[in-house]
Amino acid sequence: MKRQWNWRLWFGFLVVLAGAVGYLTLFARYPITRDFPWVSLLMFVAGGALLILGLKRAFREPQMYRGKIFGPILTILSMAVVVFFSYGLFYKGRQMPPSASAPRVGQKAPDFTLPDQNGNPVSLAQLLSGAGGGKTKGTILIFYRGYW
Amino acid sequence: MRSFQQRLTDFNARGLRIAAISIDPPEISREHAQKLGFTFSILSDTNAQVIRAYDLLHKGAAPNGADVARPAEFLIDPSGTVRWANLTEAVTVRARPEQVLKAAADL
Repeated sequence: MKRQWNWRLWFGFLVVLAGAVGYLTLFARYPITRDFPWVSLLMFVAGGALLILGLKRAFREPQMYRGKIFGPILTILSMAVVVFFSYGLFYKGRQMPPSASAPRVGQKAPDFTLPDQNGNPVSLAQLLSGAGGGKTKGTILIFYRGYW
Repeated sequence: MRSFQQRLTDFNARGLRIAAISIDPPEISREHAQKLGFTFSILSDTNAQVIRAYDLLHKGAAPNGADVARPAEFLIDPSGTVRWANLTEAVTVRARPEQVLKAAADL
């Protein structure tokens, strides 16, 4: 008798993989799924459960189901994805410089002049005075890592 | 920055301007502004001079080993005084527009 395809193993692996790739491509766009990666973690749990079920079938009923070889391989690959993802997000992503002398509330923000996306010089003083755009109550500076 | 762009009319209505700063050269910023529909100023601090002045330099944090800015947001009033600041401890956690609008409510 031909042994059955052990789909739980493959689906489990794909769900885990989608959890990690989905974070980078989609979930990170929305603050609610970005600040804490709960969607990815739920997908890891679901994928892990499928893998466990698949492994049980592969090893308890090897005459019925396939997967004694690729089951452990997919499981190890899934674990590697989870470890790599967690390391990046919960360890690497939290290594920040101390920034002890960054301007604090109540302090003056250092003035500067930098070119904007059209190459025109823009100074903080200009932004604060509302030049070219009517009255201003304040400016929000967003420092970001950039796209390189 | 997507979320700030989405609320840009709210910021403008309250007389608040937004300017983003990174080490990206203007061409890259322009490309991304076009792609993502950003209409606020995106400033290029290619040699990280301003990023250093604000003590926000994150050494070697880019995949290619370049020094970049750590994510941070400041609300500055017309006198040049910082009224609210947010220095995140995790790259994935950024200020939300609502936080800044709330902080700006008593300007």
